[in-house]
Amino acid sequence: MRANPTSKGIRASNVPWRYIVPALYILFLMVPLYWLLNMSFKTNQEILSTFSLWPQQFTLENYLLILSDPSWYNGYINSTIYVVLNTVISLAVALPAAYAFSRYRFLGDKHLFFWLLTNRMAPPAVFVLPFFQLYSAFGLIDTHIAVALAHCLFNVPLAVWILEGSMSGIPREIDETAYIDGYSFPQFFFKLFAPLIGSGIGIAAFFCFMFSWVELLIARTLTVTEAKPIAAVMTRTVSASGVDWGVLTAAGALTIIPGAVVIYFVRNHIAKGFALGRV
Amino acid sequence: MLELININKTVGGEVYAKDVNLCFKSGTLNILLGPTRSGKTSLMRLMAGLDKPDSGELRFDGNAVTGLRVQKRNVAMVYQQFINYPSLNVFDNIASPLRVAKVPRVDIDRRVKEAAALLKISPYLERHPSELSGGQQQRLALARALVKNAELVLLDEPLANLDYKLREELRDELPEYFRAQGAVLIYATTEPTEALLLGGETAVLHEGSIVQFGATGSVFRLPDNLTTARAFSDPPLNTAEVHISNGMLHHNGNNVTLDSAAAALQDGQYTIGVRPYHLRLNRNGPNDMELSGEVLVNEITGSESFIHFNISGRNWVSLIHEIKNISPRAIISCFIDPNDFYYFYPNGDIALTPQSSEQVN
Repeated sequence: MRANPTSKGIRASNVPWRYIVPALYILFLMVPLYWLLNMSFKTNQEILSTFSLWPQQFTLENYLLILSDPSWYNGYINSTIYVVLNTVISLAVALPAAYAFSRYRFLGDKHLFFWLLTNRMAPPAVFVLPFFQLYSAFGLIDTHIAVALAHCLFNVPLAVWILEGSMSGIPREIDETAYIDGYSFPQFFFKLFAPLIGSGIGIAAFFCFMFSWVELLIARTLTVTEAKPIAAVMTRTVSASGVDWGVLTAAGALTIIPGAVVIYFVRNHIAKGFALGRV
Repeated sequence: MLELININKTVGGEVYAKDVNLCFKSGTLNILLGPTRSGKTSLMRLMAGLDKPDSGELRFDGNAVTGLRVQKRNVAMVYQQFINYPSLNVFDNIASPLRVAKVPRVDIDRRVKEAAALLKISPYLERHPSELSGGQQQRLALARALVKNAELVLLDEPLANLDYKLREELRDELPEYFRAQGAVLIYATTEPTEALLLGGETAVLHEGSIVQFGATGSVFRLPDNLTTARAFSDPPLNTAEVHISNGMLHHNGNNVTLDSAAAALQDGQYTIGVRPYHLRLNRNGPNDMELSGEVLVNEITGSESFIHFNISGRNWVSLIHEIKNISPRAIISCFIDPNDFYYFYPNGDIALTPQSSEQVN
């Protein structure tokens, strides 16, 4: 029996295309990243003098410099401190707020909920000057908590939005059944409710972490030396001898790592979190 | 004993409960019967303490519990939706009210296993609720209510989402479980048939008010008013406006001579109510009232026909205990013995109950 020519034709012409488009897409996405890594393993001299697809003189010097020089690695430590602080504060504030929005009706609740989101619509530059003045007045300039609090401006609304979505997916009757069973509100919230909205919490934490980690303008304005974030350190690498390309790209590569690690932990929840979190 | 005294509750202009006065005794089965949005769930939430009444008082065994927090009351509630704690397995679900109450571990183990055995979910103790069938999930919710040994058990249409076989099975078993505990059992349902099968006492609700409360069978047979008769009839009660003068009933050109009790009714306007099973397709007595109308739909079940037809602008339904092949748009005649009429005054109060209903008592 002969194979059906039509189905064979479809197979022959379609299968490569099905893979070619995403392959090209991923290729274009990955090229700059590859180039970053490529440069980070080269010497400055090689970066500036030749065009090579991979390091001709492979070196770890750039990374060693970052990991041994406090002015570099403190940037990572500072960033990590205020990002973690911000994530904790954002979630601590957003959890009760989201619960209220999801479970209670009160005057203006829908307007307030939307207004929260509009906070994300203003560019951070708008807030930089007032923040700088206010934080100076309270002596908070160049502290980790200053940046952590400032980043709540856009992270709290986002976390409320995501958590409200995932909480509203849990029937109210579960809350009531718990109260009837005798659970107090905190017992119910932490023992029974938190596990149910686990994906939502994970996704909210992930976004808080990422947005705080990549934010540059506010973080740089509110810090001088003590709490200076890595992104700010990276913008100040022009020295007398010119731009230190190798070190800069190594710092860039290291900056990507925390995000990649966080994504790894939430990878199983991210689709669920997005669906519930109506983002 | 649970007493509700002049309970009122309005939310956003909508009346959830209006002047509710009820008294439920311990160890009894009480049914709240009414259509959707008649206030059954609202009343249960008030009784459970999930909501506070705007005015009125709740007493349990003589003690006022109106403002008492729900956690402090010994109440159990089962919803129409299968509500369990998805993150806990079956054992922990059943055990949860006992754990909160700090019952010793040995007792918890024993009581959970007893409840699970009673509700036939013993083999699934390690599973999570999402791994159970709908019937098992509801059994789990019931087991959690049962294990608590609550003084007040509220079941809000617990069987509505189950398939009919499970429903029949659980309907027989349920009251027994809770009656043995001596709890006040309150069961909300929209189905008159379910109320009659359960027995006990029935309170009929309409727009937040209790229209009648009494033994289920007698509320069904002897409704105080048109609202009760309507709520407590499935298929719906057939009604018509009639005029009575000098012992004659006039309806749309029909003149029927009344005998016995109905003849003694004062002249005036009445609403008559006729149960669907009192409509026949052939004449049974000389006094039968004959009504003709166009058939709208004929629903045939295995052994019965529900013939819906239009009588001077009203939809009537006749329940015939055999299969009748009558097609829509046919004109048929129905015959009713006037002795089967419920007569209501224009304000809805009962004027006369059919003798056949009185005699059952």
